[in-house]
Amino acid sequence: MTPQLAGQIELFLQVVIAGILLGGLYSLIGLGMSLIMGVMRIINLAHGELMMVAMYITYLAFSLVHVDPYVSLFIVLPALFLIGAGLQKYLITPVMDVESVLPQNQVLLTVGIGIVLSNLAQLIFSADYMSVPVSYASKTIYWDVNVGGQTISLSFNFPFLVAFAIAIGLGAALFLFLGKTDIGRMIRATAQDKRAAAIMGINTKRITYITFGLGAALVGAAGTLLAPVYYIYPAIGGPFTSKAFIITVLGGMGNIAGAVLGGLVLGLGESLGSVYISLGYKDAFGFVIFVLVLIFLPKGLLGKSSV
Amino acid sequence: MTKKAVFLVVPALLVLIFPLAFENPYILHMLILSMLWIVLGVSWNLLGGFTGQVSYGHAAFFGTGAYATAILVKSGQPPATAWWGLLVGGLAAALLATFIGWICFRLRGPYFSLSVLALSEVLRLVALNWKEVTNGAEGILFLPAFNDKGAYYYIIFAIAAITIFAVHRVMKSKLGFYFLAIREDQDAAESLGIDTTKYKLISLMISAFFTGVAGSFYMNYMGFIDPGIVFDLSKISIMMILVTMLGGAATLWGPALGAVIYILVSEGFRVYVGSGHLVFFGVLIIVIILFFPNGIVGSILEAKGRRDRRTDNKDPKQVAA
Repeated sequence: MTPQLAGQIELFLQVVIAGILLGGLYSLIGLGMSLIMGVMRIINLAHGELMMVAMYITYLAFSLVHVDPYVSLFIVLPALFLIGAGLQKYLITPVMDVESVLPQNQVLLTVGIGIVLSNLAQLIFSADYMSVPVSYASKTIYWDVNVGGQTISLSFNFPFLVAFAIAIGLGAALFLFLGKTDIGRMIRATAQDKRAAAIMGINTKRITYITFGLGAALVGAAGTLLAPVYYIYPAIGGPFTSKAFIITVLGGMGNIAGAVLGGLVLGLGESLGSVYISLGYKDAFGFVIFVLVLIFLPKGLLGKSSV
Repeated sequence: MTKKAVFLVVPALLVLIFPLAFENPYILHMLILSMLWIVLGVSWNLLGGFTGQVSYGHAAFFGTGAYATAILVKSGQPPATAWWGLLVGGLAAALLATFIGWICFRLRGPYFSLSVLALSEVLRLVALNWKEVTNGAEGILFLPAFNDKGAYYYIIFAIAAITIFAVHRVMKSKLGFYFLAIREDQDAAESLGIDTTKYKLISLMISAFFTGVAGSFYMNYMGFIDPGIVFDLSKISIMMILVTMLGGAATLWGPALGAVIYILVSEGFRVYVGSGHLVFFGVLIIVIILFFPNGIVGSILEAKGRRDRRTDNKDPKQVAA
């Protein structure tokens, strides 16, 4: 094998690795959205803003009391759960019962919530870019592979690796939670048929609070894991809300395995697209895939949509 | 002269003589922005409110209108082409609407909304990366045709008046009834022989045309555009929906009222609070959705309807009949 070919392979593998690691984080964002959309048919346009809130909590914990971002997960997850459940209980549920000309009032409500959150962040923290400068932010693990006589050196960014592992862990935990626990079964029942679930004695309103809380906690975890490797600024939410939609639609609403797959596909697509096609159009790939999947595979890549 | 005509003509005259009486450029600027947003709200409302096709991506048409005129002027035309080039912006947006409609009307409800959003974001990225035509992120700078804000004031006043009148006429015509039928029940409308895709497309094209004209006007007035401004999701697409919601979707004057409130609240607080001032507008939106789900004008009309019904019932002749 020539060194040129080895270089090409090295680049390709490196891009794939970066894509998969990024995809793990995307999966986490998508899981939260998928849960919310699948169970409540709610389109949450404040999803990215919830992630932003988590990032600022992580930032505060780090800069004020020097809590490591991975430790602050223990603060962020409950905090975001409470915020999410509260939003659902006091704002979204009341709106869902009201008749209006446009059936999408609930969506616009989440837009309003998003505007309030991002502007509050701007008032409190200003629009400046902030970061969580952990010591291991650029720590990299190398792995040398021997391919046909040539050594290929692959690098793994440490924070991304940890984020990927935690994302997969949380995804698996969610899968077990929905499959094995009573509350998980109630959530699935509510997603399948809300009225039938209510007749069976499930407090469906409480289930919607819990579900929204879980969705918020999951995207919050993504925010915390992203904090060491990304900038934090008030308007960061918007692009991630779009990504969450793309992932959810790719995987099929409410499909846990689908959301993980959707996240990986988007991560890989962005990473491969930006290297081999065009960096400028990186974000466009997701949107094009989104529209194509909506039209041709309305139930997502896995072809089924249930929790 | 009927009472209704007085209600229309008197405020219109007041608005017309306003710049002659006051020469404060800041107030004039606020009024111009208000009327620009009236055009945007009213045209979004035709598709979203009356036809029930909620678009999250109208910035696509706003931006296309703005860029169409900007590119026309930059191709060597005198600056005066810009303001009659408003028509070019509108037509370009309407043309784009046929394409977007062709794709997105295959989907319904929230999926339609999200697909328009996705295509509008793709257009933003195209405008950002197709540097030969759009000059990329640097944007297009342009010498305005008029130095005087008054000229723009009258132009946007005319556009706003034409837009409101056009939507009014459309909704009084057969077309308008088709639109309402589609919003209320698309399948029922289809079964009655309405070609729903065709009429949704017509609604989208009219809506896109006026949005494009508004975009084109914005470009003329500001003298500078870049993809981040005119294709912005949260500041254009989403704001068009919120302005309409605030005043009242599917009412003629609701979006206009919403537009004025939006400019007053956001510009007013910008002066005092600076960055992050939109938090107040966000709270206002939440409160309106929670307590007046059909917007300000919508709720007033509803209350009026209830009162009329009550008084009707007390009429003995009505009860006897």
